[in-house]
Amino acid sequence: MTPDLKDTIARLEELAVGSGLVYDPVDFEEVPDSFMMEIAVYGLPVRMPHWSFGVRYIYQLVQHRMGNSRLFEVVFPGNPNRAYLADRNTYDENTLVSAHVLGHADFSRNNLLFRKSREQVGGRIVEQAAAHARRIEEAIERHGLARVEAVLDAALALEQHIDVTRDVSRPPYPTSTPPRESSGADPFLARYRELAGEAADSTADTPTRPTLPPVPERDLLWLIAHYAPDLEGWERDIFLAVREESFYFHPVFACQIMNEGWACYWHARLLREAGFLPQHVYLDAIKAHSDVVRPYAGAQEVTLAINPYHVGFHMWERLVDRHGLAAAREIMAQDDDFAFVRNHLDESLAEDLSLFDFHARASGEIRVGDCDIDSIREQILAPKFNFGAPTVHAVHIATDGTLELVHDHVRDGRGLALDRACRVLEYIVRMWRRPVQLETIDATGRPHVIALDASGHPR
Amino acid sequence: MADADKPGSPTNLPWYDLFSRGARDWLRHNDKVRESVRDQLPRLISDARIVDTRGGQRLRVPVRLLEHYRFTLNREAESHGVGQGEVEPGDVLRQARRPGGGDEAGAGGNAEGGIEFVVELTVDDVVDWLWEELELPNLEDKHGGMEEDDLVREGWDRRGARSRLDRRRSLKESIKRRAVVRDGPLMSNEDLRFRQLVERRRPAQKAVVFFIMDVSASMTQRDRQLAKTFFFWVVQGLRRQYRELECEFVAHTERAWRFAEREFFEVAGSGGTIASTAYTLVDELIRERYPPAAYNIYTFYASDGHNFPPDREAARDAIGQVCAVANFSGFLEVATAGAPLEASEMLRLFNELGQVHQRSGSSRLRRDADVWDAIKAFFARSAQAA
Repeated sequence: MTPDLKDTIARLEELAVGSGLVYDPVDFEEVPDSFMMEIAVYGLPVRMPHWSFGVRYIYQLVQHRMGNSRLFEVVFPGNPNRAYLADRNTYDENTLVSAHVLGHADFSRNNLLFRKSREQVGGRIVEQAAAHARRIEEAIERHGLARVEAVLDAALALEQHIDVTRDVSRPPYPTSTPPRESSGADPFLARYRELAGEAADSTADTPTRPTLPPVPERDLLWLIAHYAPDLEGWERDIFLAVREESFYFHPVFACQIMNEGWACYWHARLLREAGFLPQHVYLDAIKAHSDVVRPYAGAQEVTLAINPYHVGFHMWERLVDRHGLAAAREIMAQDDDFAFVRNHLDESLAEDLSLFDFHARASGEIRVGDCDIDSIREQILAPKFNFGAPTVHAVHIATDGTLELVHDHVRDGRGLALDRACRVLEYIVRMWRRPVQLETIDATGRPHVIALDASGHPR
Repeated sequence: MADADKPGSPTNLPWYDLFSRGARDWLRHNDKVRESVRDQLPRLISDARIVDTRGGQRLRVPVRLLEHYRFTLNREAESHGVGQGEVEPGDVLRQARRPGGGDEAGAGGNAEGGIEFVVELTVDDVVDWLWEELELPNLEDKHGGMEEDDLVREGWDRRGARSRLDRRRSLKESIKRRAVVRDGPLMSNEDLRFRQLVERRRPAQKAVVFFIMDVSASMTQRDRQLAKTFFFWVVQGLRRQYRELECEFVAHTERAWRFAEREFFEVAGSGGTIASTAYTLVDELIRERYPPAAYNIYTFYASDGHNFPPDREAARDAIGQVCAVANFSGFLEVATAGAPLEASEMLRLFNELGQVHQRSGSSRLRRDADVWDAIKAFFARSAQAA
């Protein structure tokens, strides 16, 4: 890193702190393009090996070659934050990028979801992921690639199926249920039972053996890690490693619009206020800013996707403008994208940003909707529900070990893609080693059960 | 990996330059693709072009990227989204495709533009996969003691178990490379050479296989092509699996000739069909060179099933003669033009013979895809006569 850039960063930090940003120290490092690309693929600088990353890598490589994507920076929140800048960034670009990184650092230090995730996972995810990767390499040495790959096939396929409302290290289910309250204790219940036609509660007298899971379980990674009948220790380790990384990824996913918007807001503001920057640096940096913070298509064109940088940036600009920085910081600390978009993306802003909703029909026709603000908000948020995955719960482990999964098609509005679901069950069966079944609905809306026996064949 | 713990450590080489994880996982993906290509073998081997490209012998197979499956929702008939741009409610951004105008799947069409790429396989790879499950039927022990399967060293490969690393050879490669490119590293992965081991079944004793083909006018170009495809894979496979295997190639019209392998695969003839000539020639060759006491004898005859009717008796005798000493006699009926309803002349003859000599069988080739079935019919381990 050049002394110039170091100096600029130091002065930007001074300015940031003066403007009320609160963040943990940031380690800046310049790295080659190839490395930036791998981070984009793996999500972490060193992560476990799996062939599916190879597929993403090739997509990324192709896109990169075609010049469609350029990564300026990646920052991993933690203490310290680790910021990687592409070494082919110019000095002017890096000025902008460093300011941007400070915005991210402020966000991840103060936002509730990020704080919770950091409490859970710890502040050194980069090192932890590298340690996971190393343990998995050791497992490959010891148990062979095929077996380790089978574990990763299953664990990574269920990557999004965690429950972030619970702790990373949550305890197992209680082994005995607390005794039921005695019948007479609740006068209301006593009177209720006396009502005509209410049969005596027969379950009250039978000894209760807790059924597993006691309530439908959405943390499939956790459930399989702890309750798969024949899972080996090293396999459980891998499941839990994947799960821990998912806990880390969740806030990044759930706050993308806010987080990127916040960073853009701050790089723009810090540059504006950085009187120490020569005029030409400021101009070039602000040009880089406008290349990033704009709709994906050029000014005259129409694009069928939104740029979270652009939308987030303008939302924060308006919020600070209307309600002041203190209020904006409050929102930054407490919201995620759902609250942020629903509460603060209003009609006039949507109009200013030329947002519209559209319907794409199977016939190929794409038609603009009625641009109703609620519809626009919900369409922005739709891909973000439930960590971006369908809602699948484990509802029961039968006495023969059969794992019963249920897809909440009412909540998701339609059934699962059946062939894919079947392949995922095949992954799961190899870890569960007992029959596995899944309930959903098919394309016509009729109930559909996919059931595989312990060796993965349809039952 | 040792340095992974300390990103940015001030060593001379940054830790992230030590390896490309993306490239490694991509190679692993390709290995998996290769494995999945095995499932397409029946389709692969029916590709007649391979037979014509002896020499380099590489197959190029188009494949799709593998998908790592996750739970996803069913595709909706109508999908929704949010875009940015100056539009009015109700504007049509893209017209519906005209019915019948292409069969792109689903909404959006270009939503998941798949990357296709090509895997190169050598014919030897394919042959190895193909013959994993196959063997010569009724192979007998003609000279005392059985010899076991053995592993033989065969050539070098760029990959392999570390224990088989050939250091001398690898170093040579490194020297060669550095002679060309001055500033390369001392050793690179490209230099490594590993000794290869190949499983070979040692024939208990010598075997001879006669490949007989009807090349008369009634065999169309297409028929001959199909028969040759069949022969090609059989020859390749047998050669790779069995040492000291003799192959004899015989083609006939109203007379029969013995061919060298290369010419056999290019032969085309015209004229009538007298099958007995071929078998008489085979019988002579057996007498002169391949005494049944020392050789396992196999014959595979491909024809469209027609034979010159006055030749019927002679053919029965000649074929019977050979069948009597052969370990297995196969008949391959090639009928691409559509199979006749009743069994053909030759098929009937072979069925008759089957009653007398247990060790014969027949199969029909109508389409490319039948080649694999025919090979299985003759060579699958379970298909051996008890």
